[in-house]
Amino acid sequence: MTQPKIRIRGLKKAFGDKKVLDGIDLDVMPGTGMVVIGGSGSGKSVLIKSIIGLVTPDSGVIEIDGEDVLKASRGRARELRAQIGMLFQNGALFDSLPVWENVTFGLLAQNKIRRSAARDKAIEVLAQVGLADNVAALSPSELSGGMQKRVALARAIASEPAIMFFDEPTTGLDPIMGAVIDELIVDCVKRLGSTSIAITHDMASAQRIGDRAAMLYEGRVCWTGAADELLTSTDPVVDQFTHGRAHGPIKMALRR
Amino acid sequence: MKFPLNMVAALGALVLGTVEFVGELGIFAISGVSHIFRPPYYPRLIWRSLMEIGFYSLPVVALTALFTGMVLALQSYTGFSRFNAESAIASIVVLSVTRELGPVLAGLMVSGRAGAAMAAELGTMRVTDQIDALSTLSTDPMKYLVAPRLLAGVIALPLLVGIADILGVMGGFLVSTEKLGFTPGTYLISTFSHLQVEDVVSGLIKAAVFGFIISLMGCFNGYRSKGGAQGVGGATTSAVVTASILILALDYILTQVLFVK
Repeated sequence: MTQPKIRIRGLKKAFGDKKVLDGIDLDVMPGTGMVVIGGSGSGKSVLIKSIIGLVTPDSGVIEIDGEDVLKASRGRARELRAQIGMLFQNGALFDSLPVWENVTFGLLAQNKIRRSAARDKAIEVLAQVGLADNVAALSPSELSGGMQKRVALARAIASEPAIMFFDEPTTGLDPIMGAVIDELIVDCVKRLGSTSIAITHDMASAQRIGDRAAMLYEGRVCWTGAADELLTSTDPVVDQFTHGRAHGPIKMALRR
Repeated sequence: MKFPLNMVAALGALVLGTVEFVGELGIFAISGVSHIFRPPYYPRLIWRSLMEIGFYSLPVVALTALFTGMVLALQSYTGFSRFNAESAIASIVVLSVTRELGPVLAGLMVSGRAGAAMAAELGTMRVTDQIDALSTLSTDPMKYLVAPRLLAGVIALPLLVGIADILGVMGGFLVSTEKLGFTPGTYLISTFSHLQVEDVVSGLIKAAVFGFIISLMGCFNGYRSKGGAQGVGGATTSAVVTASILILALDYILTQVLFVK
């Protein structure tokens, strides 16, 4: 049986009294795209941040290629996590650097290329996300939202990561630009043969970029299945969420 | 019964909060300093921080020092003339500026300019996920953002204070010779006859400590800011206020250590 690229067992994280993750179990197989859905505050971002190492879980297991990153030495955990590329929700481009330095930042940090070759490399990667070479010299603040997202995607794929995370990749974009970004994501992930995890609230996007889907509810994975079954699932929680119904098992914390 | 209990709880929360703050600040400072000595190094970022803290603060520090020297000479004259002690003006100006006013005023001005800018920049980077993005790109934010600024602060402030010392003395010289009737030669002889190397060196030591404090408080408050624009604003205010208070408190402690035998 093939070993999962990412295997999570019993992952728990609480902030004060609030249990955000309450025993997450999740497998992501190599070369597949997993979409994680769930309401706001359901712990999707905390889950991804725990895998990347930005949040330290209270307990549980996070394995990458069969190695528990939480038990690995700091150096080994850094090596395992170096194969992860991340597209942040708002792009998180460094506004003090031009686009080409943003794109090649990871490569320069890992000494994979020389600074003199970085600009050409950036132009090459920018072309892969459909951006012209004149964009390389611009500052992130000079770009539109869609272009910023493309540059952020270029930065995430520049080091050809084996694992890619996408945090709400289509948020803030119009439907056409959202579809374009999704298409680019699918192209990049397929070309690199990467394993991906995406967080999204956009059901159309979830079906475009995911092979499998998992629903987070009350700190646990309450449903997993094929991404194209999301809208036809008979699970009451998934059904309410994907169809945006106000009434059902999910109770929103509203004060009337 | 509830009132005294609430007071005790509030006091306890204050003490715990203070201890937590000092602990976090201590760990942050040790981590930042340790990264200065461990590779990889970022000379371009150190240079950029030096320009930001040192070069761009030069006009405001220079003007402050110049006018302080001028006011000091004028005030000393009006006071000392009552006791026929006008001849002490030159030494009062040079000792006050090199030992005390140069480092303290430069520290306060740089804190308001560069310390605030540091907190705002790092705070914005924090709330827009740029600091998290650094981590995902194999870069330690402490090494990339904090260590260069700490080092630049320690280097830039003594350089600024050296210039401030010269301009402060020049301010006193200008007022004394152009307005108060001193001859340039007499004033300069009086200035240098009372000035010792340790007066200047002690001021530069104070400046290095203040430079470290300004960068530390700017980075610390910016790095842990949260809550969007309001959080960044709060971090910026905290950076300036805490750095200014620490500069004044440390000035007393350093004066005690350096001058009181």
